[in-house]
Amino acid sequence: MADPPSDPEQPAQQGSPPEPPAVPFTAPPEAPLQAELETPRSPEMLAALGWPQGAGLGQYEEPPGSLAYQPYLDENLMLEQLQQGQGSLFQQLESAFQDAQPDALAQYHAYQREEQPFQPYGGAQHGPYMRDDPSLQFSPSELGFVPYDVEVSEPEPRELAVQNAKAYLLQTSISCDLSLYEHLVNMLTKILNQRPADPLSILESLNRTTQLEWFHPKLDSLRDDPEMQPTYEMAEKQKTLFIKGGGVEGEQEMEEEVADTAVPNLMESAFYFEQGGVGLSSDESFRVFLALKQLVEQQPIHTCRFWGKVLGLRRSYLVAEVEFREGEEEVEEEEVEELMEGADLTAEAHGGEEEGEEDEEKAADVLPKLQWRPPPVIPREESRSGANKYLYFVCNEPGRPWARLPHVTPAQIVQARKIKKFLTGFLDAPVVSYPPFPGNEANYLRAQIARISAATHISPLGFYQFNEEEGDEEEEGGAGRDSFEENPDFEGLPVFELVDSMANWVHHMQHILPQGRCTWVNPLQKKEEEEELGEEEEKGDEGMEEAEQEIGPPLLTPLSEDAEIMHMSPWTARLSCSLCPQYSVAIVRSNLWPGAYAFAMGKKFENLYIGWGHKYSPDNFNPMLPPPVQQEYPSGLEIMEMSDPTVEEEQALKAAQEQALAAAEEEEEDEEEDEDEDPDD
Amino acid sequence: MDADSLLLSLELASGSGQGLSPDRRASLLTSLLLVKRDYRYSRVLFWGRILGLVADYYIAQGLDADQLAPRKTLYSLNCMEWSLLPPATEEMITQTSVVKGRFMGDPSHEYEYTELQKVNEGDKAYEEEIVIRIKEETRLVSIIDQIDKAVAIIPRGALFKSPFGPTHVNRTFEGLTLSEAKKLSSYFHFREPIDLKNKTLLEKADLDPSLDFMDSLEHDIPKGSWSIQMERGNALVVLRSLLWPGLTFYHAPGTKNCGYIYVGTGEKNMDLPFML
Repeated sequence: MADPPSDPEQPAQQGSPPEPPAVPFTAPPEAPLQAELETPRSPEMLAALGWPQGAGLGQYEEPPGSLAYQPYLDENLMLEQLQQGQGSLFQQLESAFQDAQPDALAQYHAYQREEQPFQPYGGAQHGPYMRDDPSLQFSPSELGFVPYDVEVSEPEPRELAVQNAKAYLLQTSISCDLSLYEHLVNMLTKILNQRPADPLSILESLNRTTQLEWFHPKLDSLRDDPEMQPTYEMAEKQKTLFIKGGGVEGEQEMEEEVADTAVPNLMESAFYFEQGGVGLSSDESFRVFLALKQLVEQQPIHTCRFWGKVLGLRRSYLVAEVEFREGEEEVEEEEVEELMEGADLTAEAHGGEEEGEEDEEKAADVLPKLQWRPPPVIPREESRSGANKYLYFVCNEPGRPWARLPHVTPAQIVQARKIKKFLTGFLDAPVVSYPPFPGNEANYLRAQIARISAATHISPLGFYQFNEEEGDEEEEGGAGRDSFEENPDFEGLPVFELVDSMANWVHHMQHILPQGRCTWVNPLQKKEEEEELGEEEEKGDEGMEEAEQEIGPPLLTPLSEDAEIMHMSPWTARLSCSLCPQYSVAIVRSNLWPGAYAFAMGKKFENLYIGWGHKYSPDNFNPMLPPPVQQEYPSGLEIMEMSDPTVEEEQALKAAQEQALAAAEEEEEDEEEDEDEDPDD
Repeated sequence: MDADSLLLSLELASGSGQGLSPDRRASLLTSLLLVKRDYRYSRVLFWGRILGLVADYYIAQGLDADQLAPRKTLYSLNCMEWSLLPPATEEMITQTSVVKGRFMGDPSHEYEYTELQKVNEGDKAYEEEIVIRIKEETRLVSIIDQIDKAVAIIPRGALFKSPFGPTHVNRTFEGLTLSEAKKLSSYFHFREPIDLKNKTLLEKADLDPSLDFMDSLEHDIPKGSWSIQMERGNALVVLRSLLWPGLTFYHAPGTKNCGYIYVGTGEKNMDLPFML
């Protein structure tokens, strides 16, 4: 009886031995009722009775091996079964009779109870399905479910009712191809296949999902999913990272690669940072490592370091700090300088034109001369010095091409200190702000990188030492030496000391002065062409106007000298793991630039920045106010500004005028009177 | 993020740079399980980490059967011993709004705030300086509550509301599709809706009452306070809040993995309008 009913021939083969035990025909009426209530109903019996297969909820658990069958049949199959129902029933009955086994075939019980009404049988087992069926009113004998009656030619009313119900369920509408019957079939199939716990509570979701699956089936395997296109493209790009370059020359390259490469051991740093709970996940770090390797292959790079990740609104930036080999950079520099010179020339040309215009207008009207002079442009630092010591490359994601960031100018740093903007992720996006930022997002990003590097790149005390050079200190004006080298005798500080006191860490990037540079330049120092102003130029330090030399802390100052933020230390140092202090790493976090981290353990240390790229300020950001309104015309002889007369003055004037007028009239009258009087004489 | 899928979630949320060290992860896996058993929560979420000057707070939340019911918040300093925090009240929030600056990391630390209060004594009315002490624990409670109400989010379809009232986790949630995942309207605030009744009838007609019963992110003020990005080569969608920097929400489209974590200093970014 466990045979799949989908095979139309199966019902005819009932009665084979591997069946649930059958009760002999002549069992007393109560017992079979009892027994049949408890024993499972086989699908064939139900088919014979005319109920759709799915109605037998109780039966699915028990028959052994029944899991394999599909409880749902096609419509055709169902109809066949219905027609054959009588035949199969007959066969079942016969075989049972012939077997005369003490095993009870549950499916026969129904037919034994001819005298018994149908309702308790159906009502107990099948619940609501049977109540409304008009055919239930009749006893089985009237329905014709009489054994030994083979000649059933016309469909019984019950069968008719079932067929009508089924036809209704199989209706499809114009708008939709799916009939309710099919949908229910799909849904119940899905439930039975997946067997979720507590299916009733998620019935509505299942309903929705099944409908969704029907109307939005998975696309052909020949067609690509349009939604996943960008994902696949990105994956392709990243795949190229993993492919090792070279074919025939693979062996030669192997030897070269084993030697020193500029690519840093990023995975090691990532491991240490991870101990402190900082950093990207390990597979992301590996991808970054491969991207750095790609960069090193593309550009002539001497040293390379992963600087960090700057988050943006739409995309983020991965930043690599790089030093070119000697002499490689000049090409780019010349181009940049040409651009700058070109700009200067055009500026001068404009100046000349203005003067020409002024001459023409002298005859007509003298425009006031512009008294405001733009402050002198502070020259940017040379490459490989100061804020431009390193070169920075950015990319949005590993696999995408690296873009080089331009050098930073002091003006950009000064302006960047005054504004606070999010980065969008596109290098050519404009930075709209007040005061206007001289550049686009690439420049702003570079300026922020410069500020962060100068403020948060630290190393353990003793790792770097100054070069042993003769004292040039006095000439530099106390600005300090700006070159250092690694200390070969560095032994590494114990982790506890690194965490305890901030004096064990030093800055190894030069501090950026308020001017925007690391080394001070007097902006008012005139060039050779403007000597007519006649200032002394021998001592560059003493400017003739108020330019004071700006001094910053010298290189390699310990962190304990850093200014506090509102009674709060600007650095937080922790051990990475309090449970095993002997193996932990010292992690230092910056409170001034949230997102800047450094770790140190033994002889290794590293800096990293992952964040939005903004400084922490306990107060709210106050944008710069616009400057005061300029004076328009200088007061002079021809142009003099006078204040308008007030109302009282005007009235007084008016009154005075009227008085004068009245006085004048009186005089005239007097004169007339005099004249009149005169002729009288 | 769900404590059951902690490791995977931490890995997916690592794009913001902050995560947990291996020892903390191991402690969390163990201790959150015990928390779930002791407090009889149906779900325990690891909410995140608030960075203090001396120590960090690790925060977890426990949910009962109804997902939208007020959540219980627990904090720990070492990821092992968890203490329950009291629920936030309006009074707490107003009281702690005057405290600025970073968290210390010591729950018994008290912030001192001097306030001028007018004291009437008979005929005279003069101002007296009163020093109010606010405990850091109170501040912690109110900050967590504010962050939850403002920026805790969940994708559309992850929860559904049954007609009897309680909200359940949708077990058949298969994730958002890639195109849906890039829109702000597919994400809801994980709290009782505030703006829902202000919608016009036309808009309400399009809503599905079993799925759309929370506020969506579309109408958040200020506009643009969310940054949506694709990471890992378009296989992960990450939402970062710009109003409370440090909150990261991640979701792998097409899968059930989603969650949020807050790792930050616990300060609101009041400069947001200047920065956009």
